[in-house]
Amino acid sequence: MEPIVIAKNLTKSYTKGLRALDNVSLTVNQGKVLVVMGPSGSGKSTLIRTFNGLETFDRGELSILGIKVNSTPDERKIQKIRRRVGMVFQQFNLFPHLSILENITLAPVHVQKRRQIEAEEYGMFLLSQMGIDSHAKKYPSQLSGGEQQRVAIARALALKPELLLFDEPTSALDPERINEVLDAMRRLAEQGMTMVVVTHEIGFAKDVSDQVLFMDSGKVIETSPPSIFFSNARHERSRKFLNQLDNH
Amino acid sequence: MKINQKIFLQFGICIILFCLIGILINNLTVNLIRTGLGFNFSWLFKPASFALAEHPLPYTSSDSYAWALFIGWLNSLKVIVSSLILATFLGTIIAFARTGKNSLLGLISAAYITIIRQTPLLLQLMFWYFVGFLGLKDNMFIHIKNIFNITNQGIDFSGLFFSSEFLALSLGLSIFTSAYIAEVIRGGIISVSRGQWEAFRSLGLSERKGLIRIILPQALPAIIPGLTSQYLNLAKNSTLAIAVGYSDIYAINDTIINQTGRAIECFIILLFSFLLLNLLITNTMEIINRLILNSQKHT
Ligand SMILES: Nc1ncnc2c1ncn2[C@@H]1O[C@H](COP(=O)(O)OP(=O)(O)OP(=O)(O)O)[C@@H](O)[C@H]1O
Ligand SMILES: [Mg+2]
Repeated sequence: MEPIVIAKNLTKSYTKGLRALDNVSLTVNQGKVLVVMGPSGSGKSTLIRTFNGLETFDRGELSILGIKVNSTPDERKIQKIRRRVGMVFQQFNLFPHLSILENITLAPVHVQKRRQIEAEEYGMFLLSQMGIDSHAKKYPSQLSGGEQQRVAIARALALKPELLLFDEPTSALDPERINEVLDAMRRLAEQGMTMVVVTHEIGFAKDVSDQVLFMDSGKVIETSPPSIFFSNARHERSRKFLNQLDNH
Repeated sequence: MKINQKIFLQFGICIILFCLIGILINNLTVNLIRTGLGFNFSWLFKPASFALAEHPLPYTSSDSYAWALFIGWLNSLKVIVSSLILATFLGTIIAFARTGKNSLLGLISAAYITIIRQTPLLLQLMFWYFVGFLGLKDNMFIHIKNIFNITNQGIDFSGLFFSSEFLALSLGLSIFTSAYIAEVIRGGIISVSRGQWEAFRSLGLSERKGLIRIILPQALPAIIPGLTSQYLNLAKNSTLAIAVGYSDIYAINDTIINQTGRAIECFIILLFSFLLLNLLITNTMEIINRLILNSQKHT
C-alpha cells in the first residue's frame, strides 16, 4: 500500500523552549483514516497544518503524496501539495461574499483552470452528495452550521483531493447538527478517501478510523488501532485523557 | 430636572451661536465699508486680463473672471482626479507589499510609509518640482518616436500634454496620499479573519489571487470610509498648487483678489468651489459604498 503521509521527527517551536511538535513521526497509507486526539494545546492543529504547508516546522522530514518538504519552505512544492490536499476547518471558513456554488467552483476555476460550466456541474454533484444542492444559490450566512460545514467539505472535495485534512470539524456545531457532518465524513471514508481527522468524537473514531494517534505536549504518546485505544490503551496518559472525555 | 437642563443647555448654545454670527456679520460689513467696494458679483463678467499657462478649455486674457475661475476649477478637478487614481493604485500596491509574506518588500513599504508621512507635503511638492521636473528643463530633451516627448515644458504623451507644474503637483500629492491610503487599506486587510487566509491558501490559490478575490472584497466596507476622508484631504491639499505655480482654483482666486481686491466675494466663491468638489467626492464614494454593501447584503 502506498503511503500518503510520512512524517519523520517533526519538531516545531512557536516560542523558544516550548515545543508545539516534538519528534512527531507517523505514516498514513492510502485509503486509511487516522484520527488525532489529545488535550487542548497538545499540537494537533499544528501537526495537520504542516501537512498542507499552513505551518512550517523547524526540524524533521515530511512527505505528502510523494512530495518531500523540509524545514525550509518551498512555495512551489507547497502549492503542488495544496492542489492535491483538501482541508476542512473548525470554523468552516467559507467565503461569506461568495454564494455556496461560487465557494466551491473558485479553486477549480482559478487554480485548476477548469471551465466554469464544468466546475459548476461537478460542484452541484458534490452538493447533492452532501445533501445540500438546494442551497447552491444561497450565501454562507443563510445556512446552519452543519450545512456550512458540509459546504466546506464539498469545497475541499472540488479539487478532487487525494488526502483530506479535518481540524475538529464538529467542535463548533450544535450537538444535533454533529451527525450530519460525521455521516458525510463516514461516506467519504467508505469511498476510500485518505483522511487525517482531529476530533474528540469517540463514536466516529471507533467506527471509521484505522489508527488513533494520541498526542500530549507536542509528543506522540501512542498510535493504536481504535479497538485497542478505546478499550485497552497502552499508556496511562491516554487512559486518563479518555476518562476525562467520558466524564463530559 | 433632566429635560429642563437639556432645554437650558440648548438655549445657551443658541445664544452663543447667534453672538458669533453677529460678530462675523459685523466684521464683514466693517471690512466692506473700509474697502469701499460694496458687496456684489458683477465684476465677475469683466475681462480677467491675465494669461493662464494651463487651460483644458479655450481661454484668452480677454475672457471673463468667471471663465478664468471655471478654468481654475477644472484644473483643480483634473489634478485631484488624476492624483486620486494614482494614489489609490500606489497605496494598494504598498499595502499589499506591507501585508505580504515577503519581508524585504514589507520593510521597504514600511520605510516608504514612515518617510512620506513624517515630512511636510509642501516640502515634498517642492522636491518633486525642483528636483524631479524642473531639472528636466535644462539638461534633458528626450523624444521617443514622437509618442513620448520630454521637453522643457513638460511631458507630451502622444498628443496629451502634461506640464511640469501639473506633474510635480500630481505626483507629489499622489505619493503623499498613497502612504495614508496604504495604511487605510492595510487596516481593512488586517480586519479580515485569519481563517479566510488559511481557507484560500489551503485551496491552492496564490497570495495575489487570494488577496484580490477573497480578502479585499471583505476588507472594502472597512476601507471605504477611511479612503473617503483621504480623498477629501487630497482635494484640500491640492491648494498647495500655488507653491509650484499650477493654476488651480485657489491660485486663480489669489490672483483675482490681488487684481480686484474682492477678497470676501472670492473667498465665498472658493468656499463653494471646494464644497462642490468635496460633495462630488463624498457622493461618489457614498454610491460606491452602497453598491458594495448591496452586493454583500448577505455577509
Ligand atoms: N500561532 C501561534 N503562535 C504561538 N503559539 C502557538 C500558535 N499556534 C499554536 N501555538 C501553541 O502551540 C501549542 C500547540 O497548539 P495547537 O493549536 O497545535 O494545539 P491543539 O492541540 O490544536 O489545541 P486545541 O485542541 O485547543 O485546538 C499550544 O501551546 C499553542 O499555545
Ligand atoms: Mg486545534
